[in-house]
Amino acid sequence: MTIQKKSLSTRLIEQKTLIALLAMILVVSLLNPNFFTTGNILNILRQTAVNAVIAVGMTMVILTAGIDLSVGSILALCGAIGASLIAAELPVAVAVGTSLAAGAIVGGVTGIIIAKGKVQAFIATLVAMTLVRGLTLVYTDGRPISTGFTDVADSFAVIGTGYLFGVPVPVWIMAVTFLAAWYLLNHTRLGRYIYALGGNETATRLSGINVDRIKIYVYAISGVLSALAGLIVTSRLSSAQPTAGAGYELDAIAAVVLGGTSLMGGKGTIIGTLLGALIIGFLNNALNLLDVSSYYQMIAKALVILLAVLIDTKSK
Amino acid sequence: MGNELLKLEGIEKSFPGVKALDGVNLTVTAGRVMALVGENGAGKSTLMKVLTGIYKRDAGTMSYLGEKVTFKGPAQSQKAGISIIHQELNLLPELSIAENIFLGREQVGSLGNILWSRMYTEADALLKRLGISRSSKTRLGELGIGEQQMVEIAKALSFESRVIIMDEPTDALTDTETQALFTVINELRDAGYGVVYISHRLKEIFDICDDVTILRDGKFIAEMPVAELTEETMIELMVGRKLEEQYPRIAVAKGNVQLKTDSLSADGVNEVCLEVCEGEIVGVAGLMGAGRTELMKAIFGANPVTGGCISINGKKVHISTPKDALEAGIAFISEDRKADGLILGLSVKENMTLAALKHFSHAAGQVYHAKERDAVNQYIETFNIKTPSRKQAVGNLSGGNQQKVAIAKGLMTRPKILILDEPTRGVDVGAKKEIYQLINTFKKEGMSIILVSSDMPEILGMSDRIVVMHEGRISGEFTAAEADQETIMACAVGKTR
Repeated sequence: MTIQKKSLSTRLIEQKTLIALLAMILVVSLLNPNFFTTGNILNILRQTAVNAVIAVGMTMVILTAGIDLSVGSILALCGAIGASLIAAELPVAVAVGTSLAAGAIVGGVTGIIIAKGKVQAFIATLVAMTLVRGLTLVYTDGRPISTGFTDVADSFAVIGTGYLFGVPVPVWIMAVTFLAAWYLLNHTRLGRYIYALGGNETATRLSGINVDRIKIYVYAISGVLSALAGLIVTSRLSSAQPTAGAGYELDAIAAVVLGGTSLMGGKGTIIGTLLGALIIGFLNNALNLLDVSSYYQMIAKALVILLAVLIDTKSK
Repeated sequence: MGNELLKLEGIEKSFPGVKALDGVNLTVTAGRVMALVGENGAGKSTLMKVLTGIYKRDAGTMSYLGEKVTFKGPAQSQKAGISIIHQELNLLPELSIAENIFLGREQVGSLGNILWSRMYTEADALLKRLGISRSSKTRLGELGIGEQQMVEIAKALSFESRVIIMDEPTDALTDTETQALFTVINELRDAGYGVVYISHRLKEIFDICDDVTILRDGKFIAEMPVAELTEETMIELMVGRKLEEQYPRIAVAKGNVQLKTDSLSADGVNEVCLEVCEGEIVGVAGLMGAGRTELMKAIFGANPVTGGCISINGKKVHISTPKDALEAGIAFISEDRKADGLILGLSVKENMTLAALKHFSHAAGQVYHAKERDAVNQYIETFNIKTPSRKQAVGNLSGGNQQKVAIAKGLMTRPKILILDEPTRGVDVGAKKEIYQLINTFKKEGMSIILVSSDMPEILGMSDRIVVMHEGRISGEFTAAEADQETIMACAVGKTR
């Protein structure tokens, strides 16, 4: 009896995010005809890609009832590593590979501290956030690192500025990331264990599952995706800023929460996160098009997130 | 009969697709204890939620002290004088007894300062009335479950309640604590309180209750004095059919020794030597805190082993995590299915296959959904699990069905040794019988089964051999034929044989 009700209501919650998104698009396109054009939509998607990619990793972390505050710092460090390797004219594959590996290592080490050291995720990733930001400043000496004007730099720039079949490369990256995450969460053991761990850690451990390993994996994945986002940003600007990504953790968490994932862990979907990230992206763009001052934009954004979350809690 | 305190008549409550209550009556009389019985899902908890106003009733009337009332929530009903003592106690372990009793109702002086001495004096008086020899300054966490329950009762008394409802109060109590509780209930009755006693333990109902209200599938079946019923007739009314032999013991030829512990020690466990053969059920009896669960958790690798060793089929095995134990063929169904066993927010399917997901997935990690679905559906059918679908969240199932899911989860790992810790706690009569039959099926298949239980008839009825524990040691061992309740109790309290 309750099963139909249940799935219907969760479906409604998902649709509510979707409905909110569609309503926003409709209203803004009526107010500003430039909004709903292919060019602008692709523009929004491209701008959303960085936050969306980070939010994918954040979703997995939050599903295990954790949190990752270090994503912005990892973005900056890995962007800087990528930029310096490109500047040294190493092949793009090497630069990208090293940068992603660095993200995995930083995330993995944070995961080890959380799992083996029994440190709360909030504290451990807060430490990582500060430490990695410091490392980035030391590594860059506080100055932007340009990728230079070489052929390698030009091919590296494709990641952030290129197009494939008329769609920006970052949008492709975002799409592939979401597909992969969806597959992982819904069709693999690791995905099942992530939900289980967030739902009840003791029961998961007593089911013979190595929960420490699952924790390390999710923080490593979050680190890799932060590095990937760092590469997109660096490639787009052709330089790595030491202060890049500051505050990005909050946008990512907002996207995850808007998507209906519970901060208590165990509940949520990757599709919800995609919708959440899109809402934030569309909102930013709409406020720009409507000529809202950037000061008011922050207030508007905060209120929209609050409203969405309130509606979501009410309906549960 | 005396004067009626509370009367519910023709209560109806529907949820989408299901009529949870259909014309239910309940009368609480001053100075009498009313039992409320029925299988899980019969509507007892729904009725309590309607009574306290958590749910809004669709139809029916409720009168309290002669007036028609509708409560808007538990706070209001409690203030009016109806207290519910839930199975899971709502107490804060870090606060003192007195702070717990008066939580949210602290008496304050003119400066907003808490009047501690007055609070302690009043709390001490309440404790004394209930026969608890504790200072109300004691931290609640230092108390045993039985005493904590008394604190809940003290809290109810401090509200000047007229009606006290107890939901499965003895589930976690030892026999001595149960006796103490009964003494208090008798005193409450004599003092003119109306008591509602919800329990699965029929024996207790005959011990303590005056009247009984029986529900079945949301319908009101009967209200009558307990004296007019026997245990059999009560069960018949509850389940609507005759239950044959409650413990269907079967004879199975015993095989080789499968599990053996040699002087196994762990936290709370002292040099335990235990043997379980193929096709044998070994019952482990003992009082609460005797180290039974600790022993099981040590065997299962959930608690660290500090000495001795475990062998399976004559071979020494090294078990330091549950993973090792599962790989060695040991499955453990915890007594605390909500904390240790199940993930309530996940579906029946996801819970059932969690420990055995490797059997349903590619080495690289891809889950074979079709294979998983077929296996889960098959278990739902053979275990007769009442769920709308395998996708239902386990938290929405009744206790008995949750327990079946927990057992199915253990069995999915294809164990050779099955450890069941209190497998029928909080499970209704009908489902109990089904669980016993399942256990027998496993026995027939040659599985070695350890049955830990505080339910004496269950231990006596199911086990081939009974081991009694006391203070972390084995204090007695009996065959099914030579064991009886008295000798087991004697060993459980420490008389070694």
